Amino acid sequence: MSVSESEHVATTATAQDPFSGPDLTGHFGRFGGIFVGETLMAAVEELDRVYRQLSGDPQFWRDFDYDMAHYVGRPSPLYHAERLSEHAGGAKIILKREDLNHTGAHKINNTIGQALLAKYMGKPRIIAETGAGQHGVASATVAARLGLECHVYMGAEDVKRQAANVYRMKLLGANVVSVTSGSRTLKDAMNEALRDWATNVDNTYYIIGTVAGPHPYPMLVRDFQAIIGREAREQSLAEYGKLPDALVACVGGGSNAIGLFHPFLRDKDVAIYGVEAGGDGVETGRHAAPLSAGKPGVLHGNRTYIMSDDNGQILETHSVSAGLDYPGVGPEHAWLKDAGRANYVSVTDTEALDAFRLLTRKEGIIPALESAHAIAYAIKLAATMSPDQTVLVNLSGRGDKDIHTVASIDGITV
Amino acid sequence: MSRISKTIAAAKQAGRKVLVPYLVAGDPDRDTTVALMHQLVSNGADIIELGVPFSDPSSDGPVIQLGAERALRQGVGMKTVLSIVSEFRKKDDKTPIVLMGYLNPLEVMGYDNFVSQASSAGVDGVLVVDLPVSEAKELLALTQPAQMDIIFLVAPTTTEKRLQGICEHSSGYLYYVSLKGVTGAAITDADSIAERVKALRERTELPVVVGFGIKDEASATSMAAISDGVIVGSALVQKIGELTDSGARDEAAVAQACELIGRLRKALDA
Repeated sequence: MSVSESEHVATTATAQDPFSGPDLTGHFGRFGGIFVGETLMAAVEELDRVYRQLSGDPQFWRDFDYDMAHYVGRPSPLYHAERLSEHAGGAKIILKREDLNHTGAHKINNTIGQALLAKYMGKPRIIAETGAGQHGVASATVAARLGLECHVYMGAEDVKRQAANVYRMKLLGANVVSVTSGSRTLKDAMNEALRDWATNVDNTYYIIGTVAGPHPYPMLVRDFQAIIGREAREQSLAEYGKLPDALVACVGGGSNAIGLFHPFLRDKDVAIYGVEAGGDGVETGRHAAPLSAGKPGVLHGNRTYIMSDDNGQILETHSVSAGLDYPGVGPEHAWLKDAGRANYVSVTDTEALDAFRLLTRKEGIIPALESAHAIAYAIKLAATMSPDQTVLVNLSGRGDKDIHTVASIDGITV
Repeated sequence: MSRISKTIAAAKQAGRKVLVPYLVAGDPDRDTTVALMHQLVSNGADIIELGVPFSDPSSDGPVIQLGAERALRQGVGMKTVLSIVSEFRKKDDKTPIVLMGYLNPLEVMGYDNFVSQASSAGVDGVLVVDLPVSEAKELLALTQPAQMDIIFLVAPTTTEKRLQGICEHSSGYLYYVSLKGVTGAAITDADSIAERVKALRERTELPVVVGFGIKDEASATSMAAISDGVIVGSALVQKIGELTDSGARDEAAVAQACELIGRLRKALDA
């Protein structure tokens, strides 16, 4: 029996084990739940039913594991970044190399899983929202592989700043819809995808790209991404003879972070840090850090920390990284924050760009700007720790897609 | 009996269908919204659904999205919405007002604050698009003692099991969503709607009002024939949008924007 078979069943939070959430109605404490229009309720309930059934079926996880090994290229390695560690001057910095996955980021873990669900449910049409384009590419990829029709909603602003990924999606046969409503970024792409879903609910499967949205999405996306943490846990024990002392991952919606964190939640001695996008600095108001500076509210189907004004209007976010430019965050992160199990911090655009350059020069690895946020914080954290300790960082994606953004900040046209 | 229930019962007794226009509060501005509401009543509206503008209206089509954006540019929040209701109530204490919107503005305000302030402003009912019955317990516990109706949507996709919960907790009326999609889409299959509404009316005493896709005399009369009345949103918001384009806010412009509702009233009464 593989690791995921034995550990993967849809679970219910209990008093004995608070980390086995969500409960049967999709809540993580006061967060999560199902907040969508009535037209979508039946579809969401059906998905919950199907997922609970399939996730209890060992064959489902055998299919998932097979694709993870042969299509995605898992397990992704752990890599001891020696020169970066030396630069930080403290704990060993270990990278979980999700950037080496097929399509270049952790996003494919989730789209492979949800494509299996879509196939089982007999839905011929797939829709997805995307910010940086990584989830759009990962969705277009699985759609191409299964011969499904695919429509990807992307904010008009993001279409501009992620032109290479837009073209990749088109090559893969997806229709990319540029969304011009609202702030023209990820949140508006998600609104538009929800509208499409309500209109085409009979034949359409909506692949949400992060651990947000209505239940069961935060649960099932986490379960698919948790392969990251399960591998990292085993690899740490095998290669270093112990668990890491700290975990660090960037948090936009929070799927790569929850994927790494979840299998470690019961390991009390492992400190957990989620790094939000500080933009120009949290104190300026120009950021994308709802856990650091937001308040509880309801957006896109769940209750969580969000950035909204006194009237409850959702605020525009600011980050150099399109993938973190989102005013909400997965409800399980909101719960982990309140429960005190994970710490949520932020780093600014400038710090992330410095880390982007540093990792590139010290290790020959160009990280995604999203992941560079985690690197930036890991350097700071490692400096406060001792050389016999380890900090495990989720390098959630590679930076090829960001070359143009960084070049233009440097005043260079590529 | 709530103002909503009384109004619908009286219409039923008189053999007439209720006509429920929807407009966005603060579109094109606060005072014009009040004028539009009075005009809608004099054109034959029975109940008014007043939209609370929200930055992320994920169940609405482009017309109502634009209406919300126009209102948000005026800085309209819940405080302004409730001041519109209070202002309207100075001259009209008969016409029921239902606030329709999304949950986050209520979450940020606090449910208890919302219910007490809305109630004293003269709001009769509330319809929160992204609040299904299963998550509404807390709000229901506050609206019921305040005699405020909560209106829930019933969609073509609503399962039998869900319908049970919806009928149990709704008051005022049921809002039957005519189609799978967003506000302002076109009705394509009137026969299957008729079938669904018939089944719905057989199982509940609550009045059933049909909305989504009603834009002219033909769609209004065909939907009213099978229900207790109709809701008209996008077609009216489209007209109100012209006030922003032209900049005109005088009596004639307001009358022109509401002209559709007068025509629908005539068609429904014919």
